[in-house]
Amino acid sequence: MDIFLQQVVSGLATGGIYASLALALVMIYQATDVVNFAQGEMAMFSTYLAWTMLNAGLPYWVAFTATLGLAFVGGLLIERVVIRPVENAPVLAVVIVCIGLLVILNSVAGWIYSYIQKPFPSPFPEKPIKLGNIVFGAHDLGAIGVTLLVLLFLYVFFRFTTLGLAMRAAAQNPVSSRLCGVRVGWMLAIGWGLAALVGAVAGIMVAPIVFLDPNMMSGILIYAFASATLGGFTSPGGAVVGGLLVGVIENLVGTYVRFIGTELKLTVALAIILIVLVVKPSGLFGRAVVRRV
Amino acid sequence: MNGGRHPLALAGAGLVVVAAALPFVLSGFRLFQFTQVFIYAIALLGLNVLTGYNGQISLGHGAFYALGAYTSAIMMDRWSVPFLLTLPAAGAFCLGAGFLFGIPALRLEGLYLALATFSLALAVPQILKYFEHWTGGSQGIVLSKPDAPLGLRLTADQWLYFVSLAVLLILMLLAWNLLRGRTGRAIVAIRDHYIAAEAMGVNSALYKALTFGVSAGYTGVAGALSAGAIAFVAPDAFNVFLSITFLVGIVIGGLASISGAIWGALFIQFVPNWAQDISKAAPWAIYGVFLIVFMYTMPRGIAGTLRAAWARRARRDVRSSPAKGGLL
Repeated sequence: MDIFLQQVVSGLATGGIYASLALALVMIYQATDVVNFAQGEMAMFSTYLAWTMLNAGLPYWVAFTATLGLAFVGGLLIERVVIRPVENAPVLAVVIVCIGLLVILNSVAGWIYSYIQKPFPSPFPEKPIKLGNIVFGAHDLGAIGVTLLVLLFLYVFFRFTTLGLAMRAAAQNPVSSRLCGVRVGWMLAIGWGLAALVGAVAGIMVAPIVFLDPNMMSGILIYAFASATLGGFTSPGGAVVGGLLVGVIENLVGTYVRFIGTELKLTVALAIILIVLVVKPSGLFGRAVVRRV
Repeated sequence: MNGGRHPLALAGAGLVVVAAALPFVLSGFRLFQFTQVFIYAIALLGLNVLTGYNGQISLGHGAFYALGAYTSAIMMDRWSVPFLLTLPAAGAFCLGAGFLFGIPALRLEGLYLALATFSLALAVPQILKYFEHWTGGSQGIVLSKPDAPLGLRLTADQWLYFVSLAVLLILMLLAWNLLRGRTGRAIVAIRDHYIAAEAMGVNSALYKALTFGVSAGYTGVAGALSAGAIAFVAPDAFNVFLSITFLVGIVIGGLASISGAIWGALFIQFVPNWAQDISKAAPWAIYGVFLIVFMYTMPRGIAGTLRAAWARRARRDVRSSPAKGGLL
């Protein structure tokens, strides 16, 4: 029983990380209808910015806040400069531009910072917290807390502010929103900025666990996709629940199903995605997309 | 438009002649690169049938490429089947696999299908490593390059070049035939408006699954050819980046066009090398810039841009000679 609980707890810990990146994916999908394949690399690059500032001697939370600010501006600029020219191009052209962005960010990060793994500090105490026989990592708990805070912030922003309302309107019905005076183009840009910000939080929380290197996000991105699919691509809360669930499922299956072990872990993500898509494509908490014919 | 057919056919025949002469001019490595271009072109053709004509996005065709390559490699390695016979076998096997994968994929569209296939592509190297008994694990399988049949005085590289070229031409012809008739219209109708297509009596579920199968079959043949050309298969060669490269190839080459496969194949074979020549430090950054600039200047791909230019010229010709164009 203890082993089981311990596995659930560590599953929740990794799940918190998947949740934060899944949240970023869902954000950008809701605000812009684009699945951003460069999301992971944007998060990775922001984390390097944080690392640079920490190395320059800035206190942790100052560097943290500054990174979030830079990530927001960076996401905004990417939308305005890189994505905007293909706004009216076929969807696949947008996907290719995102892929281009992905390889550029990855390559430039490797060029500036080299591909050697770097340790990244955690703001939380190193000492694990014990509850009976079960051990909680302080960083893991902290990371889940931070993810939940971000979720709360997003909820309040989209639910109770005029800007949030305008963004939702712009995503849902661009033409009518434009007629009401919403500047749809800028709403998209802010959506990208916010997604980059959430991604940066995810990156900074992930880095102490997986270490910092230009490819650190590629494995996590697929779990984030699985989480977002499980929770539903239209529901930020669902993305967080999905992330935690995927973390727990992955850990339990790895422990108890012998032939899977650690070798087929990615295949678990594949299986989750396929099963969800076949059984309930809109995910646990998502809305089914209804289309007018 | 009527005048357009002859010069095009002539240009095509000219290209085939040039392609047939290449192996006697180029040296080993260059020749291998062009063999690789033909192989990629076959894979892109398959993906384009699915994504360009049928509107189903796949980010997982590297998986079928891997399946084809391993089918061929295992047949040659274990049962000493001749290389040429493994090609149709790999094609048929992948056609079946693609058809089966196409059935759950029926329920998915756009983004969701992209995700499902993307995860397939990510999982493939791990699955290949897991079935070590058959696939040789992460060591892969080392093959010997298939030789030209007796009586033909060609080197192995030249022979592979001609085989790839011939297979490409046959498959292009097949694709052209498939797409211009009744079946092709049904495939395109599903992409454009599947409800209207169903109302017209098109069995969209069957056609979509079949298109998936055919597409996977093409890609499988390409994979089998690559196993022969490289004489080695290993799981990490079939990573997710391969699948993404295929998608890049068809979009750059031009969606829903048969010639686009060749343009796309040339791009994905040679542009990464050029990027490497320009900057040793960050070659992929240069490649990324190439991708983005291409999409800005030609959002419909090379074939689409050429087609538009051709249409403009044809219109101009009509205007400048009213006697020919003015039927009324």
